[in-house]
Order: sequence, then structure tokens, then C-alpha cells
Amino acid sequence: MTKSDVREIPPGAGRRKNFAFPKGRQLSEQALEEIRVLLGNHSRNRDQLIEILHLVQDRKGCLSASHLQAIASEMGLPMAEVYEVASFYAHFDIVLENEIPPPPITVRVCDSITCMINGAEQLIKELENGTDNSSIRVLRAPCMGRCEVAPTVEVGHRHVDKATFDSVQEVIGSGNHKAPDIQYTDYQSYRREGGYQLLEKCIAGAMKAEEIISVLSDAGLRGLGGAGFPAGRKWQFVLAESKPRLMTINADEGEPGTFKDRYYLERDPHRMLEGALIAAWAVEAERCYIYVRDEYPSVLNIIDKEIRELEASGLTSHCGLELRRGAGAYICGEESAMIESIEGKRGLPRHRPPYIAQIGLFGRPTLNHNVETLYWVRDIIEKGADWFSRQGRRSRKGIRSFSVSGRVREPGVKLAPAGVTAQELIDEFSGGLLDGHKFKGYLPGGASGGILPATMADIPLDFGTLEDYGCFVGSHAVIILSDQDDMKEVTLNLMRFFEDESCGQCTPCRNGTEKAVRLMENGIWDGALLEELSQVMADASICGLGQAAPNPIRSLIKYFPEEFS
Amino acid sequence: MSDKIAFEMDGLTVEAEPGESIWQAARRVGVSIPHLCHSAEPGYRSDGNCRVCMVEIEGERVLAASCIRKPTPGLKVVTNSARAKKAREMVFELLIADQPPKSQAHDPQSKFWNWAADIGIERSRFPSREPVDCDSSHPAMAVNLDACIHCGLCVRACREVQVNDVIGMAYRGSGSKIVFDFDAAMGDSTCVACGECVQACPTGALMEANLLNEEGVRTEFEDRSVDTLCPYCGVGCQTRMHIKNDRILYVDGRDGPANNNRLCVKGRFGWDYIYNEHRLTRPLIRKANAPKRWDIEINPADPSEYFREASWEEALEKAASGLARARDNHGGSALAGFGSAKCSNEEAYLFQKLVRTGFGTNNVDHCTRLCHASSVAALMEGIGSGAVTAPFKAAEDSDCVIVIGARPEQNHPVAATFFKNAAKKGTKLIVMDPQGQGLSRYASHVLQFKPGQDVALLNAMLHTIIEDGLTDEQYIQAHTEGFEELKKRVSEFSPEKMSEVCGIAAEKIREVARLYATSERSIVFWGMGISQHVHGTDNARCLIALALVTGHIGRRGTGLHPLRGQNNVQGASDAGLIPMVYPDYQPVEDEDVRKRFEKAWGQRLDPVKGLTVVEIMHAVSAGEIRAMYIQGENPAMSDPDQKHAREALSNLEHLVVQDIFLTETAWQADVVLPASAHAEKLGTYTNTNREVQLARPAVSLPGEARQDWELIQEIGKRIGLDWNYSHPREIYSEMAALMPSLTNISWERLEAEDAVTYPVDGPNVPGNEIMFSDSFPTKDGRARLVPAGLVPPDELPDETYPFVLTTGRLLEHWHTGAMTRRASLLDRLEPVPVALLNPRQLESFSLSPGDEVKVTTRRGSINIATRSDGQVPEGMIFIPFCFSEAAANLLTNPQLDPYGKIPEFKFCAARVESVRETTNVPQQTT
Repeated sequence: MTKSDVREIPPGAGRRKNFAFPKGRQLSEQALEEIRVLLGNHSRNRDQLIEILHLVQDRKGCLSASHLQAIASEMGLPMAEVYEVASFYAHFDIVLENEIPPPPITVRVCDSITCMINGAEQLIKELENGTDNSSIRVLRAPCMGRCEVAPTVEVGHRHVDKATFDSVQEVIGSGNHKAPDIQYTDYQSYRREGGYQLLEKCIAGAMKAEEIISVLSDAGLRGLGGAGFPAGRKWQFVLAESKPRLMTINADEGEPGTFKDRYYLERDPHRMLEGALIAAWAVEAERCYIYVRDEYPSVLNIIDKEIRELEASGLTSHCGLELRRGAGAYICGEESAMIESIEGKRGLPRHRPPYIAQIGLFGRPTLNHNVETLYWVRDIIEKGADWFSRQGRRSRKGIRSFSVSGRVREPGVKLAPAGVTAQELIDEFSGGLLDGHKFKGYLPGGASGGILPATMADIPLDFGTLEDYGCFVGSHAVIILSDQDDMKEVTLNLMRFFEDESCGQCTPCRNGTEKAVRLMENGIWDGALLEELSQVMADASICGLGQAAPNPIRSLIKYFPEEFS
Repeated sequence: MSDKIAFEMDGLTVEAEPGESIWQAARRVGVSIPHLCHSAEPGYRSDGNCRVCMVEIEGERVLAASCIRKPTPGLKVVTNSARAKKAREMVFELLIADQPPKSQAHDPQSKFWNWAADIGIERSRFPSREPVDCDSSHPAMAVNLDACIHCGLCVRACREVQVNDVIGMAYRGSGSKIVFDFDAAMGDSTCVACGECVQACPTGALMEANLLNEEGVRTEFEDRSVDTLCPYCGVGCQTRMHIKNDRILYVDGRDGPANNNRLCVKGRFGWDYIYNEHRLTRPLIRKANAPKRWDIEINPADPSEYFREASWEEALEKAASGLARARDNHGGSALAGFGSAKCSNEEAYLFQKLVRTGFGTNNVDHCTRLCHASSVAALMEGIGSGAVTAPFKAAEDSDCVIVIGARPEQNHPVAATFFKNAAKKGTKLIVMDPQGQGLSRYASHVLQFKPGQDVALLNAMLHTIIEDGLTDEQYIQAHTEGFEELKKRVSEFSPEKMSEVCGIAAEKIREVARLYATSERSIVFWGMGISQHVHGTDNARCLIALALVTGHIGRRGTGLHPLRGQNNVQGASDAGLIPMVYPDYQPVEDEDVRKRFEKAWGQRLDPVKGLTVVEIMHAVSAGEIRAMYIQGENPAMSDPDQKHAREALSNLEHLVVQDIFLTETAWQADVVLPASAHAEKLGTYTNTNREVQLARPAVSLPGEARQDWELIQEIGKRIGLDWNYSHPREIYSEMAALMPSLTNISWERLEAEDAVTYPVDGPNVPGNEIMFSDSFPTKDGRARLVPAGLVPPDELPDETYPFVLTTGRLLEHWHTGAMTRRASLLDRLEPVPVALLNPRQLESFSLSPGDEVKVTTRRGSINIATRSDGQVPEGMIFIPFCFSEAAANLLTNPQLDPYGKIPEFKFCAARVESVRETTNVPQQTT
């Protein structure tokens, strides 16, 4: 060919760059192959994204950009969609090309309220200064649900309770960073003690769903995740919706100070599972998803193993059970955010209406329950409504599992009557206050339930009893504070928690928590401005997180004016 | 009406329409509720996240976002209670804390600042966040996230409206951030620059970069705006051009029937070609001593070696006299004209009338010949009409969509968005093409079959449908003929036998065939992968047969839709820019028809049909055609076997080219007439959906350039026609009177409505989007099933030429690149010629992406840089035909489909060789 075959005068004035590739990041064939091998025949459905991210994070120690792109390609998802999910959850480590992968050992130190008053800040300082940061990284983490043994630290997946610098170093040095095996009532033992006979009766038709519902209603069983919605009525609502229906179990116990669900799941998981399978049978749910927070590695192992036992036993033939693993996001304890997370998405709470009983998981009517609520189902049916309802004080009905922590001698899960007071919890159930401490105040419902002064420790604790005081009992996490606790520090700690854990969806919560923290950090304790902000956060946030986040501030202003000023 | 919902708003009873939100109901009754994250534009889901539109509802503990909350009967809403107002003010105060101050706002006229002023909040008592870096990596759009309020409108724009899937909201809480892909700079991301996010952003965080000064503050504001159309593809997007000092500043999408505000990169950012320094502003006459040779190259910035400027009088006189001389000496058949599918209906009509009445020949054609001529041939033969039977938005009503031989994300980007919308809502999308494409991500089935084996695949589908008894017997009985013959023919094409031929597993062919046949509503879209083959008509026949035997035509969500290429290829064809037919496809060889046109036009007409595009070039080479008038077409780039085409053009005794640039075709011209660009003229255009739309002039003509219709008239007058049109509306009225399809579509109606779909049954009713529900416009009202056999591509790969070369377009460049390569932003996005090869193929040549290769076919050879693209199968090389300096059409095979006379652009045999000369390529490693 002659030279003139090559045109020399193009109309374009461009020639800035020659793009040797299509737009954007290029897929690495090698990374794709690695992901394909890693996934094997694992489902590539959209709802599996978080599970798949876990799989890769567990095996590779982080989520490299090339692996993330390979996941996107393999799942047929946009890169942005994979990235927004991976970056939403605290337990995923995204590593872009110009970034250094995290060191092999991760040490997470709980800095939530109970651990804070038990010296977490000092411990973090010591660990940060005293460990080799090329092989170990020390991270702050929110409540791990071990407040009865605060301060707590997690090395890999192994928790160190009542942690000290030395005990943490010892665990790091041991090389064993796995979640320990725990003794619990397994399937065989549970059956031996009469477990699953009730479920079998139900399935065999010896019980009717309406009977069960009416017993639960008579017992006054309420949602013990924090909302206190009557369980029987919830079942009826779901039953009224068209099939197919689904069920979810919320084991994302993230409210600081709360550890009762872990307590039950680490001891008697089948009591909850039987309750779940009975509920699924009653509302004719065809599949049940159990969402367990990633902070509970032992529970994850237990549930995983016991689901398999149940499948082998044939007891799940009416409703398959599926374990889903959280990834470090408090907001996923909010039921609609949890549903989003089960769908493999960011945990953004949904608007209501519609309620999840109408449009829930995968767009279907969904029955969602907290662990403890289901835990009581068998006992209530077997022992009768009255057994449950009569156990209350001050005309409240039922028993409650209080997670008591803070400045008491014997912190722990306290099975106590509904309507018990904080003072009674301290004195009757928790061995009194620690030596040398003077009772100053308490958090009646975890981080979001507000703060009450010791002078108001005689209010019955139950759903609906604290609202008049700008507080609520929520998940029944009672944290006792003493004269050694700086209430401003406590409030700032709580607000920082909400700032970290806000999903970021709505302005009042996303910006409100951040601005409140900035103001407090800057020492601007402007009561009028904080109250104005609090009112709007409570009025205009989408979900309970933002609505309740200002509770500590408002409590501080209202009940501890001498400290606020 | 009983389905309305009565509720109380601010003490008054309001009736909401079903599905309406409180906000929508409020707006309808004139109550204005401030809003940021909510967009009332079509396609935008309410998200309720900004919490500005809060209202108080009696009996509820917290406020509700009115944009997302739907009223229930009896609900009591207060839109402006103290609590609601407080919430609004506080939200603004929180957001303003993190904004640049209003005095330095990126867009001081943004919705955000307008609402802020409206509710009286301009300052914040809260501390500001850390400063946010700005991202100026994209040539077209500035990303200033310091103004971002996390409303997520850009995410919805990118992911839900246009489904380009680049933008995400990453991280969480106060760390939330708008990201592109994996938090890349916008310019390094997969962003296709549709600009939907820019149009949606309420704060100026995302804006057209050209509106900002160096500090990132908007300094450019329009002084007027004009509603018009996009000049590029057949989708026919309505646009609003914003103008300052008679110069275009920026372009927005309008809510047109085809685009619902959406645009692509070309429509939004590709408008400044009209200001390119190459723009013709004075008439040119070829210098006496300037040679004409096929391989000359003329610098469009300085053509003085070949051309001299002339007065209009001299140029028109010379142009017309050369045409008249050829006609007078050799007869009308010695002349030919190419009109343009880029020009208006009025210009197309006038041009064909000029050729037929002034030249005395039917030798008039345009680039429809090169795109869908075979589709039209098959459609005319099968169902008696060449236009689409349903608009592309019918995909949203469909249960099963087949897209075959088309890459709409590149070539019909806005249509592609509606396909993706449909797929996301659950419509099964089947993508069939030898090349991979982005659309496949949304597909339920992807069939990457062997190039050129369309008939094998489609006949095997027909085989399955008939074998499985999935045909619609009743439909076939009532509406078709030729079924038995079809049945007999396709019985030879079992999926098992065809699997080998087309490269798709038999079971997959069956699955897809069953899905198409058994879906309640199925529709087929196709592009030039179907039409540009020597068996293009056969390909289209198969698609028509699929629709007819299953009855998937004439109902909502069903039909046949060849995606038309040029913005006015439908209109130009309708207007008679075709050698065999007068306006509205009335055959020139039908005596009654001819008599009617002779009467209308007042003179005798040539009774013999004319030659088609490629035939005209052959006739020029053979010396039979001596003079041509080419308006707005560029055959020197668009025709196959470019050397041959350019040789032909250089052999003409007289060539008049009317265009806005000195195109490769104009290099061979005797007279060049500087004409009008789309943005400068008034006229009607007909898009792929049969929507006739009005485009208005946005800016003035540059220099001495003149309107195309005026120039056609000037030529006409000078070759003896007694024409006296004074406005496009007069041409339109004359044309409409001769075209039954335009009944009930008056110029005045178009002025009022901007778009009317034809056919339309009355002056005040909407047009018929879905055609042929009862019968077909054939003699007996029945559609004809025409079986197709296996015709191999004309030139199969062999040892010497082992590759399949296929040609097409890039997203950024339109057709021959005459406009888009002169649009500065498009040019920056795709500046140099590239040949796309599979990464493994490059490896097999030991080439790095970007290295140059030599591509040779039996017609010629070019050197071109490679691009590594996994979408191209091994054994194939894809070259866009827009780059004159490495022109794909030097290589393509001019062999024609026997029915549609369309060349086989999509397949020829080629050799690829390494040139061992590494170009200076900045390799993207990210």
C-alpha cells in the first residue's frame, strides 16, 4: 500500500491521549479467575453480595480493588454498587491500588459506654503505643455485647474479656485468634429435654395457629428487641397479607449495653430456633433468615452448625433456615435496615408505611422477630400465658432479660420482672454498687434510651413507662453510672457512637449527629442550639436511630443541669 | 371518581389521584412545599432523604416526608406547622454549614440556594466539615463535592434513570460520599458523560465545566433558551438550548416523547462543532488548476491551495450551470443527487423534488441505503410498511425484548436507557450479537453468535417455535400468508444442526425461542448488525417471521422496531429521498402515482426508478453519471471501499457539495456551498418512533452561510424551476398534502405540540404508536411470510485474511465524524482512531494495548492503534468508521444485498499485522 492510504489530516483537533482501553478500570483476568475459584458454586444472586464479600475478606485479609471488580463482574453488578456496599460496613477493608493492605492481625477495642467507663480509652492508648503496627492494627469498635466483662477487646475473632494490655498481648502472642468453642445445649441435648415436641405438635396439626397466637397475646409477649410491639398481633398482621411470606430473625444486637441475645444464643440456641420454626409455621413463612451480627463469631458458628442439624432432622421442611452474617453496622439492628442488608445492600432503613409486615424482605410480607421474643414462645405455650404474664411488678406483665452493666458488683443478664426499677436491679439482682462508687444516674435503654439521674431510679422499667421522661427502656440495657463518671464525657461518647453508626441517609441524622459531636468537642455546650437540633432530629429523622440519638443530650440538659453548663 | 383519595391539607379537603404523594397533591392544588432530594421529573423515584419537605400529620409522633408519603382517606396534613417549618429551617442550616458560602457558591442560582432564600436561611450556627477536594478530571463536567448535600439525585439519575451505573453513595454517616465506580476521579471512571447527574443536581456540585470560572464559580448564565432537538441519532431527543449572546452555552434534555429529559454525551456536550474553525462561512470555487484525485487531502482549516472564496452569486451560478449543462448535454440520467438524513423533512422533500423536476431523474438517494435499506425492503415486502410498528418505549410494556445486531448503548444511548429500565423492572432482555456489550449486564440471555450467521440462529428459533406448537395459529390464519412454505423451509433448520453454524448451543436456542414465543408480549429491536450484510434482507425477513408466527405484533408491548440511525432517516425516507419512490413510498414506476405527482408538481417526471447510492458511484465510474449535487452527505467516508468511492467522486465533471464543513466529499467538489447547521435552522424531523418533531433555530448562521432550503431553491431557480418558497412551513404544507402519513399533522400543530406521532386519526387526538392491530397496508391486508435460506457472507476469512473485520460507531462519534470530531468535548473523549481487539488476541500478537497494527483487506490497508476490549471476540477486529485518518471504509466490502442494495459493512476478511512501533501510550493500569 502506498503512503497516501494513511490519512494525515483528520478533522479532529484532539490527540490528547490515546486510550488503549475502554473507559474506566480494567478487569483483571487473574483476579476474576481467583474469585471464580473462591466462589465455586456459591450462589451469585444479588442478595449474596455481603456473604461473598465476607468470603473474600476472610480468605484474602482484605478486599482489593481488582477482586472487588471481579466480584462485580461475576455477579453482574455495577462497580459502584459493590463499592457502596463494601464501604458501608466496618468489617470490610477495601484496598485500592495505591493503598497498603491491613496488617495480618486486627485488634478491635470496644470504646462504647460501658467499656469506656471501664478504661477502654487508656487501653487503646497503651495498645496503640505498645504494639508493632506492621503486623497488628488497633481499631476502635462499637459495643461488642460483652459489657458484663468490660473492657472487651477482640483479637481476630477471639474476645479478650476484662482486657488489660498484658492479657491482650498474651492472646496476640498465642497465635489462636479464632472464636472459642462454647459449651451449649445442642440439638441432641435440647431434644432430650423435650425440645421440638411443641413444634412437632404444631406441624402434625395438633395445635392451631390461632391458639398459639391467642396464648401469646394473653401472655402479653412483646417484641423484646426494643420496640415492644405485641407479638401475637404482629403474627396476625403478617397472616393477613398474601403469600408467599418470609420471616427474619434479628440477632444484630448492637445497642450499646445489650448482650442478652448473645447470652441466650450461646447457651440455649434451640429454644429460640424452636420459637422461630413455630412462628414460621403459624404465619406460613416459607423461608426464615437469621441475621447475626459479625461481632458474635461464636454465635455464628453455633447457629450455622445447629441449622444443619435441624435440616438433617427434617424439622425445617416447612420453612428453610438461612444464616446471614452482619458486617459491622449498628443500623442493621433496625428491622428494615436489616432486611436491606439481608438483600445484600447497604443497611439503609426504609420509610414507613409500608411496614415490613406488608412489604418486607424481597418485597414480601415479612415477620421479623428479635431473638429473645422467640426464645419465650415455647415456654409460654408449654407453661401457659399466665405463667408469663403474672411475672411482673407494678402491674406490668411478663419477665424481661435486663443486660445490666456499669458500676455494679455483679453485672450480667438479669431475668427480672417487667416493671422492676433501676434501684431494684442494682440492689436485688446485681449485688449493689461497686465499692467506692456513689450512684449518680443510669441509662435505662442502652445508648439511645436517654439518661436518668439516681433520684429517678424508682420508675418502673418497661415499655411505655419512661417516655414521659424523654427516655425509653428499649432493649432493656441498663447501664449504671456513678460519681466517678463525667456526664459530658458519657454524652459525647454516646453521640460519637451515633455519628459513627448513622447510615447517612437523612440529613437530620447524618449531619445532626456530626454537628452535635463537633459542637460538644469544641466545648460549645449551647443548650438552646442543641435543643433546637435535638427537636428536629427527633421529629424529622427517618428511623429510630436519628430520632433517639438526641436523647442523651436532652437528658443531660434536663436532668444534669449542673454538669451541662 | 371513587378511586381518588380525599384527605385534609391545611384545613382544606384535597383529592389525591391514586398513587400520588402528598407533595404531588399539594403541588397540583398550588401549595408549594420546598424540596431538594425530590425531583418531579419523569423517572425519578422519591427518596425522602433530605427531610426538607416535612409535613405534620395529625396523630403521628414524627413528621413525614411529603414527597414519599401517600395520603390515605381522611389523613389530616399540615404543610406549614411550626414543627414542619422548624425542621425545614434546621435541615437547611445543617446543610449550609457544609456549603461554600453563597458568595462563593458554585451555582448561586441552584435550586438549593433558591429554596434557602425562599425559606429565609442563609447562614448556619454549626461548625463546617473538613474541606472537600474538587475533581476536575472530566473535560465536560466539574465535580465539586463541597456543595454535595447527599440527596442522591445523581445516584438515581445514573443508576435508575439512565442506568449507566457509575455513581454510588459510598461509606456511611457523615462520611458518606458520592463516588464514581471505586471512588475514582470522574474522568478515570466508566462514566459515559450522559450528564443526567448534572441536570439532576440541585446544588451545583455536578455542573457543566464550561459554565465555571477558574475558582469553580458559575459565571456563565443564559440570556435566552430555545426548545429544539438533538441533531444526532434517530432517537430524536428534545433539547433546550441555553444561549448567551447568540452563542450556545449549554444544553438540557426536555420531556420529549422519546427522551423524557434524557440525553447522551453527544446531545448534551456535542454541540460546539458549529463553532469549529473549519466551519464553512463563504462559498468556495475550485481553483482552475487544482487537481481532483481520489487521494488528495485538503486541510479544512486552509483549503486555499484548492479553493478560492467566491460571492454567492458567482458560486450559485457556477453550481447551477454545471448541473444544467450536464442535464442539457446528456439528459437527466447523467445527474444524481444525494440528500441527507441529517437535514429536515422540508429540505429532504425539496431536494428530491429538485432532482426529480429540475434534473429530470430519479437518481436521488441518501444514507438510508447504507443503514436500513434491507430492513425496509423486508418490511415493505412483509408487512407493507417500512417504519417501526411500535416505539422503542414499548419495551417498557413488554415481557420479552430481543435486541439483535444492535449496540444501543453506543448508537441509541437514550433508547438503551429505556431497555435497561424495562429489564430492571423484570422484562426479559435477550441480547444477540457477535460482539459483547454493556447492555448484556441487564440481559436474561446473551447469545454471542458467530458473525454473519443470523439466519441460522433465527431460523432455528422459528424451527423450535413451530416444532413446539408455540405459534399463534389464529393469528397466522387471520393475518398472514405463506406459513406453510415457511414451515417447510425452517424444518431443515433444527437447532441441533444450526448450533454448529451459529455457535450457540441448541438448548439455548430453544430456550430463547420459547421465551420469545410464550411471553405475553414480545418485541424485537434491531440495528445494522442485521441490515448491513449481503443477507441483510433475509435477516430481517426472519425477524418479521418471528413476530408474525407468534402474533407478537400490533399489540401493546409487541412489534418490530429497526432502530433508525440518523436523526431524520425516517423523515428523509418518508419525504421521498429514495430512487424508487416518491414521498410516502409511492412507487415512481406506478403510472397512477406518477400522474398524481406530475399533476402536483406541474411537469412530466422520469418514469424509471433511479439508482441507489452505491449504484450511483458505479455509474459515475462508468461515466454514465457526470454531475452531482450532494447536500449534507459524506459518501467519501460513509461508502464502502472508499478508494473506489473517492475515485468516482474525483471523476465527476461537476460536483456541487452543500455542507457545513469541507468534508472528504467536498475535497472533490467544484463548488462548495456553506450551509446551515441543525442548531441554526427551523424544520421538522421524524425519529425512529415515527414522531414528527419541530426543531427551532437556536443561534444565527455564521458568516455568509445560508439556510439549506434556500440554497436548494436557489439552485432550482437557476436550472429552470419556478420556485418561490418563503418559509419552511410552505414547503411542509405542500409536502404534507402529498403524504397521507402526515394527515392531521399541520405545521401549526407541531408548533403547539412539538411532537406528533404519525399516523394520527384527527387534528386533536394523539398519534397511533402501535400499528397494525387489525390489518396490514398490503393489497389483501395480510402480512407475507418470506422464508430465508443460508447465504454466507460475501467474503469469508481465509489463510491470507484470517480475521473478520466489522465496522460501527463509538458512543462519542456520530457517523463519519464530520460533526462530532469537531465537537471539542467529544474529540477530547475519543481523539484518535482505534481498532478494537480482544486482549487475548493482542497477547497472541505479543502486542501491548495501544500498539499500532496494520489492517489489510482486499480493498486497502490502514495503520491504526489498538484498543484492548474484551467485548470483541477473538478472530474479530472492530474499527469505527468515523476516523478519516484511518478510515475503516478503505477496507470494507462493497458487495450488496440483492434486495436492499446495502453494502456488507459488518463483515469482510482482513489481515492484522503488528507494526512493531510502540506508540506513546499512557497505559491505564487502574
